[in-house]
Amino acid sequence: MIHVFGRPLRPPSQLTRLILLGVLAAALMVLDHRSNQLAKIRSALSLLAAPIHFLAALPARAGGSMTEFFTTRDALRSDNDRLQAEREILMARLQQQAALEAENNRLREMLGSATRVSDRALAAELIEVTSEPFTRQILIARGSRDAVSVGQPVIDAYGVMGQITRVMLATSQATLITDAGHAVPVLVNRNGLRALVFGTGAQDTVRVPYLTALSDIKEGDLLVTSGMGGTFPPGYPVASVTKIVNDPNESFLEITAKPTAHINHSKQVLLIWPGAKAPKAEASAKPERAAPRARAGAAR
Amino acid sequence: MTLSPQTKARLALVSTFLVAIVLSIMPGPTWAEPFRPDWVGLVLVYWCIAAPGRVGVGTGFVLGLAMDVLYGALLGSNALVKSLLAFLANRMHLRMRMFPRWQQAVAVMLLLALDQLLVLWIRGAAGRAPETLFYWTPSVVGMVIWPWLFVILRDVRRRAKIA
Repeated sequence: MIHVFGRPLRPPSQLTRLILLGVLAAALMVLDHRSNQLAKIRSALSLLAAPIHFLAALPARAGGSMTEFFTTRDALRSDNDRLQAEREILMARLQQQAALEAENNRLREMLGSATRVSDRALAAELIEVTSEPFTRQILIARGSRDAVSVGQPVIDAYGVMGQITRVMLATSQATLITDAGHAVPVLVNRNGLRALVFGTGAQDTVRVPYLTALSDIKEGDLLVTSGMGGTFPPGYPVASVTKIVNDPNESFLEITAKPTAHINHSKQVLLIWPGAKAPKAEASAKPERAAPRARAGAAR
Repeated sequence: MTLSPQTKARLALVSTFLVAIVLSIMPGPTWAEPFRPDWVGLVLVYWCIAAPGRVGVGTGFVLGLAMDVLYGALLGSNALVKSLLAFLANRMHLRMRMFPRWQQAVAVMLLLALDQLLVLWIRGAAGRAPETLFYWTPSVVGMVIWPWLFVILRDVRRRAKIA
């Protein structure tokens, strides 16, 4: 009934169309916001979107390969040298890591607390397209077929970047910690003071509200994930405090921090499956999904 | 290869919309992000004024839905807003054609700002709305580039012989 391109418009009039389509759009919005029912449709539509994403990312990718093509041998050499040196240092640190991890677990066992397992990680490439204006989101080239799930933490080599908020078949969308609607529970690494890191919507700043003037926090303090809330595993760096303003008129300090992750120029990210949780969650989720499939489908 | 005039016209329409969509998700330098105009909205408004018999609320809905999927935004939010934009532009097409170019640009800015206001409301209701005043720059940028875009699209329209 609704002709899109090309045909002469006869009744229904534009106003009728607007009302009908408006109601449809409102229904879609409510469904998408309140329930999970549109996930499948979105997943299917995302496959149609893939060629457009590819097209849009083309110039950036071409630019990248051009610079790669024109890098000189010298630059490559020095790069290689630098990376070698870096690797040596990291390897040296890693030698102790295994011993420390074992020691830490022994100590934790003696204290009767759960041992920590290192987290499983998967490298994922960013799809270089912009997100909706004034949101801080990224698109990742891994989806439900790589067992990505909603709520999964996304990090890069330097710190926490955000968490997965939407999973499509071959892609998924992550909300960054700088998004205005995002918060991470953290600890001050120096003394274990608990806090929350909120995004601001700005490119490279986050804020740490709800700390009073008596809190022991200083500029330069590193904030690491506390593991509370269960989304982010403990111990990953999130941000470092850049500025603290103590306004006597306000009941809380005004603290801004800078994310440690290279949020705007990472091309690769790591998806992690928080170690101790991942296998258990999978084990409990599988039979549930396998057995009453028809009923689960209907209930959803 | 000769295309029928009908096909040619349709091809021209679809390709301008496709270019607009690609432009609006193309990655750019982060500092330039607030200055990216709403390409889809601008092109939609142009066709609603220039070819109200072909492009209208339905086109707006489909384009908006495409934007929702590409952006990963709330499904239906852009669809609703773009249908309304198309409806208003369609309603105003006779008046808009009579306006001098600058006045047309101002009217387009108002339409785009209304579009943004609705998006702001929807995003505020569904989660958190952006707080910066830079949120409104895309409409202003849209006004500035409207005269040029108008000339380009008019050329496309004449070549494709879209009435």
